[in-house]
Amino acid sequence: MASIKLAGLKKTYAGGVQAVKGIDLAVADGEFVVLVGPSGCGKSTLLRMVAGLETISEGQLEIGGRRVNELEPAQRDIAMVFQNYALYPHMTVFDNLAYGLKNRGFKGDEIRRRVEEAARMLEIEAFLPRKPRQLSGGQRQRVAMGRALVREPAAFLFDEPLSNLDAKLRVQMRVEIKQLQRRLKTTSLYVTHDQLEAMTLGDRLVVLNGGRIEQVGTPMEIYARPATLFVATFIGSPAMNLVPLAYLRERGNGLLGDLPEGTDLIGIRPDDLRLEAPEAPHLMVEATLELFEAAGAESHLYVRLAGSDQPTVIRTAGQPPVAEGEMLRFYVTRDALHPFHRESGRRTDDPNRQAAA
Amino acid sequence: MVEHRPWSHLVAHLILIAGVALVLFPVYIAIVASTQGPGEFLRGTLPLVPGGHALENYRAMWESGLSRAGAPPAGQMLVNSLVMALAITVGKLSISLLSAFAIVYFRFPFRLFFFWVIFVTLMLPVEVRIIPTFQVVADLGMLNSFAGLSIPLIASATATFLFRQFFMTVPEELLEAARVDGAGPLKFFKDILLPLSVTNIAALFVIMFIYGWNQYLWPLLITTDPDYYTIVMGIQRMTTAADGDPQWHLVMAAVVMAALPPVLVILFMQRLFVKGLTETEK
Repeated sequence: MASIKLAGLKKTYAGGVQAVKGIDLAVADGEFVVLVGPSGCGKSTLLRMVAGLETISEGQLEIGGRRVNELEPAQRDIAMVFQNYALYPHMTVFDNLAYGLKNRGFKGDEIRRRVEEAARMLEIEAFLPRKPRQLSGGQRQRVAMGRALVREPAAFLFDEPLSNLDAKLRVQMRVEIKQLQRRLKTTSLYVTHDQLEAMTLGDRLVVLNGGRIEQVGTPMEIYARPATLFVATFIGSPAMNLVPLAYLRERGNGLLGDLPEGTDLIGIRPDDLRLEAPEAPHLMVEATLELFEAAGAESHLYVRLAGSDQPTVIRTAGQPPVAEGEMLRFYVTRDALHPFHRESGRRTDDPNRQAAA
Repeated sequence: MVEHRPWSHLVAHLILIAGVALVLFPVYIAIVASTQGPGEFLRGTLPLVPGGHALENYRAMWESGLSRAGAPPAGQMLVNSLVMALAITVGKLSISLLSAFAIVYFRFPFRLFFFWVIFVTLMLPVEVRIIPTFQVVADLGMLNSFAGLSIPLIASATATFLFRQFFMTVPEELLEAARVDGAGPLKFFKDILLPLSVTNIAALFVIMFIYGWNQYLWPLLITTDPDYYTIVMGIQRMTTAADGDPQWHLVMAAVVMAALPPVLVILFMQRLFVKGLTETEK
């Protein structure tokens, strides 16, 4: 168990391309931090720098208070779970788990004890004598996690470990990873491009874009008060709607006088647009329903705002009695508006203030 | 091949049988010839049925050889051949495994250049560089030795190239997982890369062994001491007997013995051999 500290971490490739442009981050002991961002944002590179699989061009990396910039992966006291499992195909599951321990000079019975304990925890005891090719994807993923577990390392590093699984298994493994981490309280860094996975797994999220941190916070903080336009549209599904402030003003909506200086874009979550007028102070917009998407417990309404070609998504519970082509009225409370400045991409009010709701 | 016309079957089989006969007939002749008495060949007609002298011919060849033609006993030549073929095979495999490992997994200056240099030597058969190589071996005093027989033939571009191609199909994550698991480069090579290459190694072993066994020109050049004669070149020595006609029945016995080991190697390693050359999935 240990904390991880990244200070001004940069990665510049030989061709001059900078993949990671200065990351400062402190992961507390036992914390589960998720690095999330679109492909090419540098999240995997960052994780591999922490693992020691990529060299660090600049900055300092500490694991457990010890500078590890120049150490080999094996000396950093970390364990990594790879996206494609990376199990040794010619070894049995038992040998796969034991390999790292053998290399570290553990005794035979200690290896046996640890492997069996990890196997019991992950419910893969029955597979110990098998070869990886005889296992299904989910089972292989468990073995890959077992290989990390047996080492009892200071930190777990997960590199998109669930991307190769089908949707159902992914949800199941997600829950298991979370429970396992709660139980072991091992510091964990987890990389994913799936914002739902990020939201549900992490104690804290780090949203990355273009090699920089966009925002760090608990999943709910980030969801409730995205600091930038990028975070606003990346976290949450369907994505947040962005409506120009001028449009809302033109439509005769009041209540917009006290917005912070520089605001010219308003973000509205698809859940915050309602069909019934709420009691709290609210705004109203009119829109034509273009496509109605029923998804069981909820429905998605794809609309175009009246007098504009702005596409907008609304998420609502159940299945409201609406027809495609119909003109509808939507209401949004004043508190649910996220004010942004388009050019700088930043939130115009204080992103750290707690959400009113 | 869903058609069932008897004629096409017959024609196909005739062609195949003719092909097989073409290849097998000389072998048959060699075997038959090795069972004849000394005088049979001098009559001008080639006997087509086995004679009754098989045991004595083989025993004579195995134990005493053709001393008049300067050829040592076949048993000793077979041992020499075996030593040379094994040394070449093992040497080729170790060197090419290591050089492919270096080329694929290490970043060093001129890496690609070295790869291409190795690759270019693929185009140069032994015969092209045989004179300079002979000079080098002679200057190093390695004539008439097993080192001289095998070392110059050990470098192998083909095997290096094949291993490189194979190593490049091994997922990079395996190396990374091994690094996280605390395995250094050589440990990774020994514990992970080698076991994964077993079928490839077996396939190349067969090819290289036969290559080594069939070496003719090189042993002929550098061995003048009968103690180091290999069987393939020894046969040549036997046929050029200075005084009188070659003793074909004994020569043929040696030929059959020379052909046997490669056949045995293929028989025993056939399963792995085919697997290594055709299986792409690991």
